[in-house]
Amino acid sequence: MSASATVTVSYREAIRESIRESMLADQRVFLMGEDVGAYGGCFGVSKGLLEEFGPERIRDAPLSESAFVGAGIGAAMGGMRPIVEVMTINFCLLALDQIIDNAATITHMSGGQFQIPLVIRMTTGAGRQVAAQHSHSLEGWLAHIPGLKLLAPATLADARGMLAPALADPNPVLIFEHGSLYNVEGELPADAGAVDIEHAAIRRAGGDVTIVAYGGTLTTALAAADELAAGGIEAEVIDLRVLRPLDDAAVIESVTRTHRAVIVDEGWRSGSLAAEVSARIMEQAFYELDSPVARVCSAEVPMPYPRHLEQAALPQASTVVAEVQRMARASG
Amino acid sequence: MSGERPPEREHGLHLLLQMLRVRRFEERCVELYSAAKIRGFMHLCIGEEAVAVGVMEALQPEDAVVATYREHGHALVRGVSAAAVMAEMYGKLEGCSRGRGGSMHLFDAATRFCGGNAIVGGGLPLAVGLALADKLQGHKRVTACFFGDGAVAEGEFHESMNLAALWRLPVLFCCENNLYAMGTRIERYESETNLALKAASYEIPAWSVDGMDVLAVEDAARKAAAEVRAGGAPCFLELRTYRFRAHSMYDPDLYRPKEEIERWKQHDPISALTAQLREGGVLRDGDIEELERSVAEEIEAAIGFAEAGTLEPVEDLERFVYSEGPAA
Repeated sequence: MSASATVTVSYREAIRESIRESMLADQRVFLMGEDVGAYGGCFGVSKGLLEEFGPERIRDAPLSESAFVGAGIGAAMGGMRPIVEVMTINFCLLALDQIIDNAATITHMSGGQFQIPLVIRMTTGAGRQVAAQHSHSLEGWLAHIPGLKLLAPATLADARGMLAPALADPNPVLIFEHGSLYNVEGELPADAGAVDIEHAAIRRAGGDVTIVAYGGTLTTALAAADELAAGGIEAEVIDLRVLRPLDDAAVIESVTRTHRAVIVDEGWRSGSLAAEVSARIMEQAFYELDSPVARVCSAEVPMPYPRHLEQAALPQASTVVAEVQRMARASG
Repeated sequence: MSGERPPEREHGLHLLLQMLRVRRFEERCVELYSAAKIRGFMHLCIGEEAVAVGVMEALQPEDAVVATYREHGHALVRGVSAAAVMAEMYGKLEGCSRGRGGSMHLFDAATRFCGGNAIVGGGLPLAVGLALADKLQGHKRVTACFFGDGAVAEGEFHESMNLAALWRLPVLFCCENNLYAMGTRIERYESETNLALKAASYEIPAWSVDGMDVLAVEDAARKAAAEVRAGGAPCFLELRTYRFRAHSMYDPDLYRPKEEIERWKQHDPISALTAQLREGGVLRDGDIEELERSVAEEIEAAIGFAEAGTLEPVEDLERFVYSEGPAA
């Protein structure tokens, strides 16, 4: 196979391939969660894996989020490398005690004696008209917790490459898969593999404004950047990729060049990741700014079902464009 | 029954010694708490010593233990040194959790003591996971999971019973039923107070045991642990016990009659075993004094160790939020 060979894959297939590869490489890796086996995963990610690896390593779990997330923590302490799938981020609330009081805490509380090499994958985000109990973006809440690492793959390469380093990490790593991305298709090198899980990435270079996004909002930010370019404004788009620990340096470096920043976050504005990034820009690059940092977040409502209201509640490219234009006018 | 029991005298004195170690250690802890050497929450198991001592007899070094915030006894009997436990209570670097955990969070990787867990019911899923890891790796090990009667009201209890039974995982569930969830008596929070019955409803072999009788606890634990080890599936013990002291150092203990406490003190597991050994003619003059002397020596040495211990430098505050080692 030549190094330049590419394959067309979906985000879903890229994640599946990363799970497959990890399970083939390491007998300690197993997948556990609701409907991951016979059903093939509620978003089809693990389709075919039960047939390939069998029910011991592709474990269908009862609807007991707290028990099977906790069992993942215990299994990690016991020498395994579990991948726990939680159907949606809203359901992970049922396992928050285990995630926060155990996974995030035990290494520190035990004076470093125990490692928790656990990966928890879950779907996040809105856009599919599944209303207020399946649509929220609560990553910002979890990003509050020391002891956890949080990843948000927004590209095919990250969907394909984040799992292996996450499993190799001796700490609990949460991976948030935006529900609107599973069907996205594109080209990946046939030999695509592990990616770095420490740094943010510049997805589009530009010198006039920095647009910070992650996960599902990367698409929004890139669309806004295209529209701005048509009007002569070159936006730099930064994909955070890692939500904890945040890569401050990448954001600050960009803002130091562009002197303006807009943060696009599907979480609610109050107490959000956007608030955190904004505060860090203010703390570290206040005198570089030509304009106050702007945020485009979800409206502060539980996500409504009808499409027009859901779209009104979500960050839109047009809103990002309007914010940048307002900023440009205000600061000349 | 698995394994040969050691001779009656030797074994009886061993059990007595273990219970005395726990009792006297905790009595000294009360004094040290009053002297402000130990702070925070502190929960004592005085009266309940037969549970930890009896169950630990059934475990092997390769087995794992998950305990609660009332776990000084479990840690000591499991083999965590009194010095390391006491230093932990002092918040010293030499403590078994580097001083990070205190009374409620004793950890010791060397003895597979996987923590005092202070969220009621929170340890059960961990135990299920440790057992899952053993099963997947082909280890014939037991994970002993201790929890109180109060935990039975938590969803995590039911989820964990189901998961362990469904996946046939080698967990020995040890429910320490001391009749009170903090200050609420069991009849006031459980519709079904036969706790073994609840476990049995998940198809888990379950027994109720007199938790004030260390030999009964040991017998039941050996039988259950052998079954768990051989069959790779869970068993459940309801150990009926009683704490003689308040829930914690903050508890004025106003919710139960003094007569009830006095009645249970008639079943003190240490007095009971002492009387049994005496009646059996195996206790000799000077035995108790000798045990007490060695226990006092161990505890005073532990206190000396804790007093001489060092405080972790403040610069190390953020160490171990993330693991420092390479992945094991």
